[in-house]
Amino acid sequence: MKQSLRTPIFLAALTLLQAVLIFVVPAKSTNVQGYVDGDFFHLPDLSVNVLVSGLIALFVMLIGLVVSVLAVVKQHRKTPRWVVLAFGVAFSLQILLYLYAGKTMTFTSLMQGSLALAVPLIFGSLAGVLSERVGIVNISIDSQLLIGAFASAFAASLSQNLFVGLVAALIAGALVSWVLAVFSIKYVVDQIIVGVVLNVLIVGLTNFLFSTLLGANTVLFNMPPRFEKLPIPGLAQIPVVGPVLFNQTLIVYLMYFAVAGVWFALFKTRWGLRVRAVGEYPKAADTVGIKVYRTRYISVIIGGAIAGLGGSFFTLGQVGAFGKEMTNGAGYIALAALIFGRWNPIYAAFAALLFGFAENLQYGLAIIGSSVPSEFLLMLPYVLTVVAVAGLVGKVTGPAAAGKPYIKS
Amino acid sequence: MKLELRGITKRFGSLVANDNVNLVAQPGQIHCLLGENGAGKSTLMNVLYGLYQPDGGEILLDDQVVKFAGPGDAMAAGIGMVHQHFMLIPVFTVAENVILGHEPTKLAGVLDLEAARAKVREVSDRFGFDIDPDAIVGELPVGVQQRVEIIKALIGDAKVLVFDEPTAVLTPQETDELMAIMKQLRDAGTAIVFITHKLREVREVADKITVIRLGKVVGEASPQSTANELASMMVGRAVDLDVEKAAPKLGSASFKISGLSAWDHQGTKVLDDVNLEIREGEILVIAGVQGNGQTELTEAIIGMHGKTAGSIELDGRELIGKSVKQVLDLGVGFVPEDRTEDGLVADFTIAENLMLDRSDRKPFAKGLNIQLETLRKFAEEKLKEFDIRAQGITSLARQLSGGNQQKVVLARELSRELRLLVASQPTRGLDVGSIEFVHEQIVATRDKGIPVLIVATELDEATQLGDRIAVMYRGKVVGVVPADTPRSVLGQMMAGISNPEVAA
Repeated sequence: MKQSLRTPIFLAALTLLQAVLIFVVPAKSTNVQGYVDGDFFHLPDLSVNVLVSGLIALFVMLIGLVVSVLAVVKQHRKTPRWVVLAFGVAFSLQILLYLYAGKTMTFTSLMQGSLALAVPLIFGSLAGVLSERVGIVNISIDSQLLIGAFASAFAASLSQNLFVGLVAALIAGALVSWVLAVFSIKYVVDQIIVGVVLNVLIVGLTNFLFSTLLGANTVLFNMPPRFEKLPIPGLAQIPVVGPVLFNQTLIVYLMYFAVAGVWFALFKTRWGLRVRAVGEYPKAADTVGIKVYRTRYISVIIGGAIAGLGGSFFTLGQVGAFGKEMTNGAGYIALAALIFGRWNPIYAAFAALLFGFAENLQYGLAIIGSSVPSEFLLMLPYVLTVVAVAGLVGKVTGPAAAGKPYIKS
Repeated sequence: MKLELRGITKRFGSLVANDNVNLVAQPGQIHCLLGENGAGKSTLMNVLYGLYQPDGGEILLDDQVVKFAGPGDAMAAGIGMVHQHFMLIPVFTVAENVILGHEPTKLAGVLDLEAARAKVREVSDRFGFDIDPDAIVGELPVGVQQRVEIIKALIGDAKVLVFDEPTAVLTPQETDELMAIMKQLRDAGTAIVFITHKLREVREVADKITVIRLGKVVGEASPQSTANELASMMVGRAVDLDVEKAAPKLGSASFKISGLSAWDHQGTKVLDDVNLEIREGEILVIAGVQGNGQTELTEAIIGMHGKTAGSIELDGRELIGKSVKQVLDLGVGFVPEDRTEDGLVADFTIAENLMLDRSDRKPFAKGLNIQLETLRKFAEEKLKEFDIRAQGITSLARQLSGGNQQKVVLARELSRELRLLVASQPTRGLDVGSIEFVHEQIVATRDKGIPVLIVATELDEATQLGDRIAVMYRGKVVGVVPADTPRSVLGQMMAGISNPEVAA
């Protein structure tokens, strides 16, 4: 079958851009610093001349481009995924080096910040995966994150107990997704509309409670304890990897389990097979005795609980208090991550990390005073989203029945 | 296992879909349930399969009364169903589809796919199906998908197997293979219920025939009955299945398609260098299994297909590049394959639907106004002329039966001055009475000296209606042959084997 030329053309454009950049960007050196206090050994700083690395990156990209063209034109296959990946890594790393040209990049803290920004996105995209895989479009991820943030701050503050906060976040997220489920499944309302309405509703509700209840007595209602960092002995001392992945709060460790758990449940268990069957072709599932409605309710509600948990990261994991609209649209980026990740929990988590990285890069660059204008940097996460989804992912097909109500005859 | 349905009644509101239906299916027998579309066959089977709850009557298995709250119960009791629209999940593998609903698991609900594969292989080998358990179902040919559906039914150790209109999507060869499988299953002792409206198939495999009409059993028939006898029972009056038509009076080739190719929105070629010619007063039937470019061909003619190359000429004028409206104005009548989607506006009245294509011009429009009186007269006239059974011209299109909807479409298209008629599956889903009417109208159009292009997926219709038959396969015209070409040859052509010795 004939394959679309889109990927090769896209890669060619990026290669060209890279070639131009080599001439444009002055050949300074970028200093990459990976060492953090407490590492096993002192990782020496790395000084990279951007001209040299640019040529290497260009070389890798050219090879990738040639392989892609050969695959598509000669063999009529899709561009192998590893080629796209290698190409993307070479290009992105080089852009990163350019952005920091003549400066010092503290790589470890850059990655730490990225992960922190990605945590709610990852939780949110898991909620989306669980919901959409069972056939319910979940636009309301943002509201589930927000309610989770609110409920956890409120409950943890009242009880002065972090775990009470987590449980409250789980329940609050589940409740919001339950509303989504009831309206989508029982009352067959358009799922996009319910989702949008929920987002607006929860913003309004939390804003109202924030200014009336929380504002009235901040000490009692909005001063929850915060999760302390729990370095995992041994692992946390590995240079770069340790401080980023294994010197984190409990919520982040829960996230690792959530990603792996959702993936395993969806693709390796009986429950997951049924969830996916319902999301693809509910009638077929019905004819083999699977309870379509119940399956949908359960999966959507578990998703909501996970998103609620993600919301608690804003308050109990980071800020230590609830603030108005503090998710800042993270739920929508989570939605993009889920599509970019092809409705697969693990890919979605990586996509979320990428978005977290793009956002953090913007902060990092602003601090060191990069020559790139800050307005451009603000656009970065979104440009990346569009480029990634349009150029690299190509046509993605989600669950066939997502968004379509199932009406039993 | 013996299956008995006793006095089954099922109502939907005021409509009685099944009225006191009795049926006995014995092991080692193929029991045909014959009836027209809408006679209540599928409803009955959905009751049997637990998808519907009956309003009266009972189901007996080996003389024991059983109750099915859902399909799961029916399966557990040993009833398997091969659905008309496959109940398969296209993105799942064969093994995943087959085990869905009763998955073998290891500890803690973890799927045991190895056990699933072994099961698929075992059943597949037993019947010589040759199916790879790891193949993605959506990538398999339709005939193979149906076998997956059969495996799915058999794997639950089904003792009663229901086939619901299983041949609608198959090529003649695949149909023959399915018949062989059904006989094989029967000989292994399975009770088979075969639902169909195709008389040829009934006469080939049935051991026993029950005819159902308007929700009631009207009697049993012997498998030796002639097709006309069976059709008469099915319809309730004497019918003649043959299309009455005289030898064509051919004029010049006023409609020509040359080198026509088309691509879908993903850039895949859906029509590949199609060359056809239709003469005035001739019916050319496009035969082929659904989805081999027929839809795209009719869309290309009418100007609805996006990316096309080549040439379509009517009376010496090029149609490619013209808008749908311009094409219609050149005298092209178009009966689309999906009358409810493309042929009618369901929420418009009959009258409004009848003038849909001419709502902007005389005699229906004057300035910005619709001439309601003219429209009323016109609609009343067409209602009579085309025998459209409705309460009146203000009935909504959605309230009509399929046959009457199709008559509205025909009435509209044939009431213009035509130079070409294009009809895609004009009799799909219609009752025998309406089919006769539609066929008469098409032949009458031909006899006015108009070239007619018909898309047919059923070979019987193709051979009876057509003066010549063009067979399409994967966007190509495999060949154009006379209408009296043997079925076996046409069947091979539908599978893509071109036949060099036949020439148009």
